[in-house]
Amino acid sequence: MGSNAVYRKIAGSLATILAAAVLSLFVCRTASAQAEITGSWAARNHEVLAGDGLPVDFTGIPLNEEGRIRALSYSESQLAMVERQCQGWPAFYFVQGPFGLKIWSETNPLKGNVISYTIGAWEDRAPITIWMDGRPHPSKYAEHTRSGFTTGVWEGNTLVTYTTHMKAGFLRKTGAPSSDEAMMTARFYRHGDILTVLAIIEDPIYLAEPWILSRSFQASAAPLSPIGPPCVSTYEASVGETAPHYLPEKNPFVDEMTTKYGVPRAAAVGSPETLYPEYRKTISPVAPLR
Amino acid sequence: MRFFLIATLVTLSFAAAQPAAPAGPTGTAKSSPTIDLAGYWVAFVTEDWRFRMIAPHKGDYQGVPLNAEARKIADAWDPAADEAAGNQCKAYGAAAIMRMPARFHIAWQDDNTLRVDSDAGMQTRLFHFNSSPPPPRTERTWQGDSTAQWERPASLKVATANMRAGYLRRNGVPYSENAAVTEYFDIAPLPGGGQVLLVTTIVDDPKYLQQPFIVSSQFKKEADASKWDPTPCTAR
Repeated sequence: MGSNAVYRKIAGSLATILAAAVLSLFVCRTASAQAEITGSWAARNHEVLAGDGLPVDFTGIPLNEEGRIRALSYSESQLAMVERQCQGWPAFYFVQGPFGLKIWSETNPLKGNVISYTIGAWEDRAPITIWMDGRPHPSKYAEHTRSGFTTGVWEGNTLVTYTTHMKAGFLRKTGAPSSDEAMMTARFYRHGDILTVLAIIEDPIYLAEPWILSRSFQASAAPLSPIGPPCVSTYEASVGETAPHYLPEKNPFVDEMTTKYGVPRAAAVGSPETLYPEYRKTISPVAPLR
Repeated sequence: MRFFLIATLVTLSFAAAQPAAPAGPTGTAKSSPTIDLAGYWVAFVTEDWRFRMIAPHKGDYQGVPLNAEARKIADAWDPAADEAAGNQCKAYGAAAIMRMPARFHIAWQDDNTLRVDSDAGMQTRLFHFNSSPPPPRTERTWQGDSTAQWERPASLKVATANMRAGYLRRNGVPYSENAAVTEYFDIAPLPGGGQVLLVTTIVDDPKYLQQPFIVSSQFKKEADASKWDPTPCTAR
């Protein structure tokens, strides 16, 4: 081997090393643009996303007609049925429920990249795994689960996730329904010690337009649990031979929001037009009590 | 050749490791935005509906971490007295305006000032990007004095102080004149087209709050001003 050949071989090796080094540095730079979202995030329940607790509170949900009929047929007595007590809520409950978030990651031991993030469970919500390794969503015929199937990508320092394959469930615990075709796009924005999650929920069966929610959490020095207390079902007396429900026009609680808070019925039952400012101009202000 | 390769490697490594550069000293805020907020935005009231679209009952301050002194003030809310005193805009101050069911028009007033107008309450906020903003006015206002800065890669941070005391909610839930507001503006695409503006609002008020009050509000972008409907403040 002549000296020129040796030189070319060394130069070629150096060029390869150079290319790899530059590539890895750009990868590192991309990674450094991402935000750290793992850790414990305490709930700050300063806004009401889960409804007031009254049976017919669908305020703020753009239900379509089918969704409204189904919602008004719901009876919370269904939760007394042994087989439904631990059914849990779909993935979008993580931005509605009163709990904080415990988030951790799984990394590739050789490359160091994140394979997945997991948002821990709570008593009535399953853990959510966010796959970051580029895997595709499964076939539409694949199994649907409570938490669904979620993939994620970083857009700058915002984590963007997309969830499909959720079981049919509820948009809100008061009975507003979600179908097994519902999808959720969530964005995780970190600003200092505040993590704000924007969730956009689409459901071609029960929603007239995408439902947009957001919720902020605050970094917690105290560690949160990655799991909730176990759900243990128990016999709560017979609920009859059919699942508790209300027939059309027979829901006795349809006017509770009106009676208690002065909320018009159209808003209580989730009419889409009630979500826009102009609706306020069609209703009367509520007189103060006391 | 070897020296050349090593020098190139070092140079590229250094360049690649640098964080994204901020706007140059000669650049204006308008010329170096990280997100484009200009346009008309409508509040999409999917949360706290009964606290925002109607005036809640007196004493209904669910979710707000008030201290005992603040609860006394909220329990004494008198909208007629506010109207008589010309204070019907107390719920439209900077700490609460983005929570109002309203439309907002965002536009550049000049190269370093972003202007935000609301149709409900007809309020105007000015976000000053200058590194040395004008000295605070001696007179406090509902919207206070706001300083702004772009956050890389795609966000706007606004800090506001020097406000008049106002209400976090229509029904007299108070914040004091010493309150400070920090806001983050982020934009996201809406499935099927369109954009969503997300505003995270953090209100610090040691006088009336036991902990910072944190809410986030979402808005949809509108094509034009066809639904813009200026209406004065109302105390109810």
